[in-house]
Amino acid sequence: MTLGKLLGGAALALVFAGAASAQELRFACYQDGVECDVWAEQFKAFEAENPGVTVAIDVVPYQSILEGLPVQLAVGEGPDVGRVTDFGGLAQFMLDVRPYVADAAVIEERYGRSLAWARVGDNAPDGIYNIVDQLTATGGFANKTLFDQAGVAMPAPGASWEDWAAAATAVRDATGVDFAMALDRTGHRFAAPAISYGAAYFGADGEPILVDDGFRAFAEQFVAWNEDGTMAKDVWAGAGGGTYADAAAEFINGNLVFYYSGSWQIGRFGRDVGDAFDWVATGGVCGPAACTGMPGGAGIVGFKRTEHPEAVGKLLDFVARDEVQLAVLAQTKNIAANAKLQAEGVTYTDAPAPVTAALATFAASVPDFSPTAYALQGYRNNRAIFTATPARITQAIVGELTMDEALERLDADVAEAVAASQ
Amino acid sequence: MQPLARLGGWLYAAAFDLMERPMLAVQRLVGVQNVAWAFLLPNLLIFGLFTFIPIALNFMYATTGGDQLLLWERPGVGAENFASLLDCESYLDPNSCQRDLFWRAVHNTGWFVVLQVVFMVLFALITALILNKDLPLRGFFRGVFFYPVLLSPVVVALIWKWILQRNGVLNAGLESAGASPINWLIEANWAFFWVVFISIWAHMGFYVLILLAGLQAIPADVYEAAEMDGGSKWRVFSRITLPLLMPTMVVVLVLSLIRAVQAFDEIYVLTGGGPGSATTLLLQYIYDTGFAERPRLFGLAAAASILMAAVLFALTLLQLRATRGQAEGR
Repeated sequence: MTLGKLLGGAALALVFAGAASAQELRFACYQDGVECDVWAEQFKAFEAENPGVTVAIDVVPYQSILEGLPVQLAVGEGPDVGRVTDFGGLAQFMLDVRPYVADAAVIEERYGRSLAWARVGDNAPDGIYNIVDQLTATGGFANKTLFDQAGVAMPAPGASWEDWAAAATAVRDATGVDFAMALDRTGHRFAAPAISYGAAYFGADGEPILVDDGFRAFAEQFVAWNEDGTMAKDVWAGAGGGTYADAAAEFINGNLVFYYSGSWQIGRFGRDVGDAFDWVATGGVCGPAACTGMPGGAGIVGFKRTEHPEAVGKLLDFVARDEVQLAVLAQTKNIAANAKLQAEGVTYTDAPAPVTAALATFAASVPDFSPTAYALQGYRNNRAIFTATPARITQAIVGELTMDEALERLDADVAEAVAASQ
Repeated sequence: MQPLARLGGWLYAAAFDLMERPMLAVQRLVGVQNVAWAFLLPNLLIFGLFTFIPIALNFMYATTGGDQLLLWERPGVGAENFASLLDCESYLDPNSCQRDLFWRAVHNTGWFVVLQVVFMVLFALITALILNKDLPLRGFFRGVFFYPVLLSPVVVALIWKWILQRNGVLNAGLESAGASPINWLIEANWAFFWVVFISIWAHMGFYVLILLAGLQAIPADVYEAAEMDGGSKWRVFSRITLPLLMPTMVVVLVLSLIRAVQAFDEIYVLTGGGPGSATTLLLQYIYDTGFAERPRLFGLAAAASILMAAVLFALTLLQLRATRGQAEGR
């Protein structure tokens, strides 16, 4: 045997040995801003700590996470790790990484509220399935310049939906813009004011009771506001079924006085509004029963189908670390789900003043959110509620159904969804 | 030429020699009578895999419930999905139906098909008659009418959305003329009107082309004879053009009917089926039920698609009968 053959054989053996020990984790990642890019930077440190483990990030559209990923997972395919928002819906596919993390108690302490969102169905009540890296909160945005131009005082923190409706309508009439108020077309956004009006969403047995007096009260108010032009009818009546629609473009164009959306819009407004006008985040808006917004968020989860559960566990353990989260949040300009960072605050890198102020306002509103809002966010079938609500409420807005009929149908839709998912 | 002919002959012989042995092997294997089946087999396999199996799966899904994706995890419910879709006190009143959205989609599809097909065939015929005349720039105008057919449905919908939205081109024009703007896509009747109009605009060119071919196939001497007899223009049209164009008209009518029942993409992008369910057609209902909304009711969507397929099947039979009638000279 020649020296060349010997060296060649040794090299091949090394390659195969390497391949045998190498663990590549495929990470399906969607981003609102730069989340995946920032995580890619952070994962270099993880790979250095864990020789032989690499993380390959596939940046995918949100739609792919929402519609493609569940199908992949259902047939036993898909990535090892994903960045998702539908924790309840995907919970059955998620890997419990509790056995692989260094200190489960610390993770519990930091992420307890959002961990509950994936502890549904057959998942363990103390399992660690998701590390939320972007907490979102619904809340209002107001065009301050329009208020100043109209000479109308902006409602103070703690103001009610009626206060905002009256003020926004006065500003619209004084300035001649098209819209006074708008609310994103989804049951998720609708839920915050509904809970503020007293909607319980769940009965004592934990089963959904969608339509109660509180829900009905806000639904009636909302339809009335659409009919009299207080709400931008274009947003809800401009689509059919459960299709999502927002009014961000109208707000950015300075054509909307008050916009109820969520913290994920902050970066976009900071970038797209620039100094065209002054805008502020208003935080929670109050109803007779509460002043809550809806929590939500995106997080990193491992999937049961992975061939490398330990590596996935270590990755989520790394993702959960305070210093890693801090570095990521500073660049992605998101609200922390990590309770310690919430308390200490995050210094955002190169954030304009309105963005920093808005992030602070939204972050401050999170602790006051109603337990019902958290329960709804963690409810396995919440997507059914979130898509059925705009479909049926819009039918009431455009006159296809009476309010009673719409609410009756809405209840039936949700009951069917719950039955279908049993 | 001779060397080329020799080369061709040599190639033919070589190919024949090459195929002879496998052909004989196939004949021995399956028998001479069954060789045709052996040739058809690849196509049958592909057709079966991508057409028959999905159809069979669709039927199977239609008899299951739940929101699981895998068929063997889904509970069987028999004809429950069909019964639920057809459960109505009055089929004329969607509110009285268990699946009100399905019946709204059925009603909308019915109106859409009638209005779109009637007006599109009418306008296509008028346009074809005009373009069949010896006009200046005739080729250019033929191109203009056919151009929308080449556009992606999404592009068509987005262009019209920019025109029709609250601050769109049409309202800007109205305002500059002193008129009040109209919320074209928010008012149910207007939204439905525009859905029909845009669909006609986008697809008419295709049928104009077919009708134009039909018009050009009518022998010129028939018209010359009519002219010599002093027939009026209307009489020539009603007694010569229309009857001789009728076979083409039937094809156009049936094709456009089938296409109208299948309408989805432009409308989905333009209105999303709204406002409310004012422009939701059957295909969108199936898509929403099976894929867009939660939970994904695949069984119900599959059952609705079978009911829709039954309608399309009837229309296809109509087309086959019509075209067979033409072929047999009836």
